[in-house]
Order: sequence, then C-alpha cells, then structure tokens
Amino acid sequence: MLPLKCGGRKMALYTGKRNFKVVGTRPPRPDGIDKVTGRALFGADLSAPGMLVGQILRSPHAHARIKSIDTSAAEALSGVKSVVTSADFDKASNSPNQDALDNCMARGKALYHGHAVAAVAATTAYVATQALKLIKVDYNVLPHVIEVEDAMMANAPIVQGGRRADNAPDGLSENITHYMSFGHGGLDEGFAKADKIIERTFKTAATHQGYIEPHACLATMGPDGKADLWCCTQGHYYVRELCADFLGMETSQLRVTASEIGGGFGGKTTVFIEPVALALSRKAGKPVKMVMNREEVFKASGPTVSSLTDVKIGMTKDGRITAAHAMLRYQGGAFPCGTIEFGLMSAFAAYDLDAVQAEGFNVMTNRPRQAAYRAPGAPVAIYPVEGVIDELCQILDLDPLEVRLKNAARKGTKSSYGPTFDDIGLVATLEAAQKHPHYLTPLGPNQGRGVSCGFWFNFGGNTSVSLNLNADGTVGIVEGNPDIGGSRASISQMAAEELGIPYEKIRTVIADTNSLGFNDVTDGSRVTFAVGLATIKAAQDAVQKMCSRVAKLWDIDEDAVVWEDGYAKPAGPNAGEFEPMSIAEIAAIANSTGGPIAGHHEVNADGAGVSFGVHLVDLEIDPGTGQTTILRYTVFQDAGKAVHPDYVEGQMQGGAVQGIGWALNEEYIYGPDGLLQNPGFLDYRIPVASDLPPIEAVILEIPNPGHPYGVRGVGETSIVPPLAALSNGVSRAIGHRMYELPMSPPKILKTIKG
Amino acid sequence: MSKIHVTTTLNGDQVEYLCEPQETLLDILRNRLNLTGSKEGCGSGDCGACSVTLDGRLVCSCLVLAAEAEGREIETIEGMADGENLHSLQQKFLDHAALQCGICTPGFLVAAKALLEKNPDPTETEVRFWLAGNLCRCTGYDKIINAVMDAAAEMRGA
Repeated sequence: MLPLKCGGRKMALYTGKRNFKVVGTRPPRPDGIDKVTGRALFGADLSAPGMLVGQILRSPHAHARIKSIDTSAAEALSGVKSVVTSADFDKASNSPNQDALDNCMARGKALYHGHAVAAVAATTAYVATQALKLIKVDYNVLPHVIEVEDAMMANAPIVQGGRRADNAPDGLSENITHYMSFGHGGLDEGFAKADKIIERTFKTAATHQGYIEPHACLATMGPDGKADLWCCTQGHYYVRELCADFLGMETSQLRVTASEIGGGFGGKTTVFIEPVALALSRKAGKPVKMVMNREEVFKASGPTVSSLTDVKIGMTKDGRITAAHAMLRYQGGAFPCGTIEFGLMSAFAAYDLDAVQAEGFNVMTNRPRQAAYRAPGAPVAIYPVEGVIDELCQILDLDPLEVRLKNAARKGTKSSYGPTFDDIGLVATLEAAQKHPHYLTPLGPNQGRGVSCGFWFNFGGNTSVSLNLNADGTVGIVEGNPDIGGSRASISQMAAEELGIPYEKIRTVIADTNSLGFNDVTDGSRVTFAVGLATIKAAQDAVQKMCSRVAKLWDIDEDAVVWEDGYAKPAGPNAGEFEPMSIAEIAAIANSTGGPIAGHHEVNADGAGVSFGVHLVDLEIDPGTGQTTILRYTVFQDAGKAVHPDYVEGQMQGGAVQGIGWALNEEYIYGPDGLLQNPGFLDYRIPVASDLPPIEAVILEIPNPGHPYGVRGVGETSIVPPLAALSNGVSRAIGHRMYELPMSPPKILKTIKG
Repeated sequence: MSKIHVTTTLNGDQVEYLCEPQETLLDILRNRLNLTGSKEGCGSGDCGACSVTLDGRLVCSCLVLAAEAEGREIETIEGMADGENLHSLQQKFLDHAALQCGICTPGFLVAAKALLEKNPDPTETEVRFWLAGNLCRCTGYDKIINAVMDAAAEMRGA
C-alpha cells in the first residue's frame, strides 16, 4: 500500500512570500542528544520482564509446496514456550492484507528463498535456534522463476495461481498481475516528425533499502486479548490495522508504539515479524521480542522491483522530443505489486510532450515481496528515459541540459500521466544546474559528465495533530508519524512560526496509536508537508481559542483581538486600549477562563505538490579495471520551502548516494537454484564513505500552492536521477553506451572491450 | 552449559558478568549490561554499528566473544560524554546535522574518536577511509565527514 494520490484537487493554501522567523533556520533537533549518547531507544532496545526470544524458520527453497510441518519435537524442547505456523492466524479481511499475512508466514507454499514457514518463542536465543532445527517441514520442491522476462513466458512456473490481470495479453504467463498504460497524443504522427528515433532496452537489478536497523519488535498479549506492540516502523497505525486483522482483534485492543526508527526508506511500511511476535506472545502468555538478523532482512524484507524496459524516443535536430514510448516490465516478487503504476506515471513526467505512452506489466517471480523504496518505481522508469535522451543528445551533438530545458514540463503542461501541472520547479532547477560552476568545469581523459532529471509525485494523506498549551506558556505537540529524518524539528519550527514563540518552547512527540487520531504511514515524502500543514492549522485553532479567552477578559468581540508575534493584541484603536497578552500570560489564566487550551487538526491533506530534481556527476573510469571513481556530485532540487535546510540537504545527499549504490554496486544475485547468493553487507555492497566525494546540495524554493508556507516533500526525488546520471556519465567517459545496472567494474570493462 | 565468569573494565568502571561461550561482547553489552547504545546492524563486522574500543583498539563488538573481554578495558558510546558535557565529536555531529535516523551514530562516534586519538590531524580522505567500516544509509556521509573534520580542528585547538 502506498496511498498516493496524483494530480488531485489543489487547495490554494499558500499565502505568499513572508518573512519567516523560525522556518528556514537550522535549530538543533529534539532527539539529537539521545542519538549521540546512545540513549535513544530503537526497535531492538526495549526489553520486558519475563521476555521470550522469538525466531523464524525460513524456507531453504525458492519455491516449494509445504506438505506438512511437524513442530512436536520443538515444542517438547525445554525452554520453548510457543510455536506458530500459518494455522495460528485468522484469514485476512481483504486480498492485499492476505498477501501481507502470507508474506509474514507461508500458507501452503513457500514462495521464495527465506519465506517464513514457522516460528518459536523460547527463554533464550540459543534455545530458540535449537528449537528451529527440530521443526520438520516436508517440502515438495517446485520449479522456480527469478527473472522478469522468464516469468512472463507462457510456459513459466506459476508463482501463485488465479492472480492473472484480466487485461493481460493472450499468450503470456499467468504470473502477469498488472497490465496498464498512460499517455496521450498520436505516437505515429509524433515519430514521423522526428529527425532521429532510437529504441533501446535497459535492465535494472533488484536492490534493498539497506536501512542499518534490522526489523525489531516487542509484543505483549494477554489472555484478555489486549496487546501492546513496540516496533520500528514507518507507520504504527498501519501496523495496528494489519496485526489486528491477522490476529482477529478489535483495533482498540492493540496499542502500537513506534520506537525510534533506524532507517526505513519505504521498507518499513508494512509488517514482517510483528504479527508473528504477537501470535507467539498470545500462545505463550509472555512478552516476545523478535529481531531479524541481516541475512533475514535481505532474504525476507524489502527489496525493490527489478526491471526490463524498452524506450523509444524521437527527436528533432534541434532537440525537441516529438514522441516517446516505453514498455516497462517489473517483477515485484511473489505477490501482486502495484509499483508498476508509479513507474508508468513517472517515466515521462519531466517532459512536456504531445505524443507519449508508457505501458507496462507487473510479473510475479519467486523472490521476496517487493516493498516501497524511496520514490518506488520511479528510479528504474526514469533511468531508461534519461538514458535514451542522453544518447540522442550525443548523436545530435546537443547540450543535454539545453535539450531538457527545451522539453521541460512547466506550469500548464499536461503531464504524461494525466493532470496538468501547477507551479513546478523543473525549469528553475535545470537553469540552476546550467549556471553552476560544476557544469562549466573542464573534464580530463577517461572522465565523463552525467546529467539526469528526476521526479516524484509526493503525497499528503490522513493526518491528526494535537497542540497542547502548558500552564507556563510552553507547547507540547502530539503527532503520529515516526520521525525518520528530523521531522520533529521541522514540525516544532512550523508551530513556533505560527504561534510566534521560540522553537525552544516547543516539544514534539510521536503518539502511540491510542493517543491520537489516525495517521497514514510516513511515506510519499508526506510528513513535513501534511503533518506540517496540520500543525499550522492546529496552531491556528489554539490561537483562535486564546484570542477568544482574551476577548472575554477584555470584554470585546473576538474579532477585535488579533494574534501577533506570540501576543494577543487589540485589533486597532477602535477595539480599545489593552496591554497585549503573551501566550504565557494567557496560559497562566487558562483554568479560570474556561479550562485547558489545545489546538487540533484532522485532515486528509491534498495538494502535496510534485517535486523535481536535477543531478550532475563527474566521474572517471579506470580503463584497466572498469572501476568508477566519482569526482564531483551536485544535486539541485525544489523544496518548495526548506523548513530545516540541514535536513533538506540531508535528504538530497542521502538519496543521491543510495542512487549511486543502485547504479554502481547493489544487486540481488540469484543462483540457478533460485537461492539468494548475497544476503549480507559484505557481498551486497552499499556505498561507504571512501567511495564518495562531497555531495553538494543546491536547494531551490518554488512555493507549493497547496501548503501555507509553500512546503513540498523532499525525501524521495533525490534517489531518482542518480541511476541515469551515473549511466550517462559512464557512457560518455568510455565512449560506449551502458544499458544495464549495476555498472560493476567487470560490466564496464566488458563494454569498453566491446 | 557452564557459564564463564568475566571481570572487565567498562567505561572506567569494573564490571563482572557471566557469559555463555558463544555469546558476543555485543550480546552482553546490550542484553546483560543494558548498554543498548551499541547496535547490531549485521552481526558480521560489515556495518560498524556495534563499534567499541578494546584496550583502545577499535573493534566490532559483534566479532568479539564476551569471554575475551577478561581483564581488558572496554569503551562504548555510553562512556563518551563526560557527565553533562558532550565530547567534541558528539557536539559537532549535532551542529553539522550529521545524523538522520541515528542508528549508525554511536558506531561512527566511537570510530571517529579512535581515529582522532591516533591521528589528530587527518585529511578528509583519511577520515573517509577510516570510517569506511561504518555504514550509514541516510546521510551520504557528507555531513558526517564535515563534523569529524570540524571536531578534529576544535580538539587540536583545545
């Protein structure tokens, strides 16, 4: 589930340029001290008295029917308190939830290497490990399929029967769960206008989100059916919904508390071990802690789709794109996966095109169920498009930024996926890249410069915020979205701005699921936008209540009281002569003027405002080894309004480096037996500090009309451009085009040698 | 299974514990001594989130057996600040916004401190190579490197 809405109704909330006092500054983050001293509590850091350790038995096969599971010997082992299998869970209430449950615990068939088949809870980790060895699973091993092109073939092994898309073309496999298409205009007519048309095929490997904190939780469920769950997640309300469904509980009986989260990037937007820990706890009558090890994280959480894509683009001699077509094929693992839709919608979103079509398939394979990863679907859709555009620029001897500017989407452009764009920042971003010293620096031998645009929709979504005025005039904010990169700071800043009080007077905490209304998952780059919006509205609600109290005290109309810089003041000379009252003065008399004062806001936020970025990379290839060295990297991105610029830069830099890893190193490697060969950080190599130069981040601010301060989400766009930027840079450096990721040294060497 | 008795020095204090032969130092720190600042990111010495020093040497505590700590001196993230006073590195990590999620931060701080004790005036390249054993997935390392360079400069001046 990624509750993304695209091109929805825009609310014109932006109130125009203003002189911010707190927004745009860089105050210390509220969780900073805890995180530099080791005090912060992450998923695996909490313990409970009498706690058991839960562990999972996983399939050693890529695809196998489970004929029987005999847990009797494990149950008989001293120290084992409970054992569960799929039989210990309710049937889920709908098909997507059932898929999530079947991914947590295999039902009937193990669908991929590492798929959970049973779990135990024991007094120690050692006993739990011994107990897993005593569980006897009788498997009937089935033929498997790993690559998307193989899984589409009519004779491919069927991963799950009955999931075929109704509109899938005849003659292809039942593994095809989605077929869809977006676009407009006449392609034939468009291609006829082109001076040059090329069509290329690109391949990308599946990658993992690679958060450093493995999934972890602590579950406690009593015989009365009440349960508490502590876990690292991007969305504890969604965890509650899924777990309650799988365990047959009413929502009110399960309270979920989100721990500090050690990275997610989309990979912690669903459940893996949480329902299992609850089921083990229910059966044992004791708290159960479960922590995945890194091998389990790679085998059974994440990863992304892998893809095989054909892109055809026609261009005039002067660089105008006349028509564009893409055929995308994604595999998202052993369950239906909707990520293809985001890929198709984003592929050509950066361009103003008269004739464009993106069509594509999602196909099931015997791999782990895909989980969202930062702008899910977009990086691998935009990479081939940006690659073909760059190749056309080379063939037609055109400047790659000029060509992108010539075709760039702007306000009023009918996007390739339907809606017409409002104020967007792509042109400004491209122009900033063009003028930057980076773009003007000369290159040496074996060096290349790569350019790519990137795009992400951004999301708003369901949000609840409470703002409590304390008796001393300080403020407590309660919000419900796990803070994944400094959002507590930015939310406090927006509240401080709206209330007109110092940042230090505010403390923002994240509520458990019982303490605040529903909140969507921390995803879609929604938190600073949507929670920020709700916080501003909650502050306005509190201000209105404070003004009302003051009006009563002064015995004047509510309308005659205004709020300015943290003070209630008479609106003008006609309102009367009164000394302005500070927030602290109003708070101090709250009890005698009507009781506690709090502001609230609940909204399904719309108008998130799309986001564009442009990346420049200079790199050098060692012609002897094929090794890529990144010499310089610059990110240009529209933030709408950067609330805390440090953390906006951090998102831009972090996403860029994840994209660099995707482009150069990272991939899921399978053997012919369908088993994952590199489930560890040694063989699945994410970028390290010595691989990289400084990453320069250039923030542009083109206000989002849908937010009072003009804020846009910034978290996801930055992972989109690196794939093509690196590929284009390598291609230019070696004088041969690259069409496959990752561009590991052997692949580059092979391309150089032809 | 008989347990092993270990006496060791942890952040300057003498500590005793009983461990099983297969337990790692990280297991004991986190599960027995309640020092959860050291994190288990991989259990194979690849991510550095469990970095501690053993007799001043930087190690991954997931690769050290708890029994090996007998008679040694262990320093963890919990021993880095002096009461209310943060170490320069800790302060610079905050000043430079060198953390996003913060899970890797203790490991980076312990590793960076070990570097600056050996080499108070490292080049940026030296910092990048020394910290190549610590994985961060959020920041792209840029702000971490800036924080360490700035802390090194401050500590040399101090």
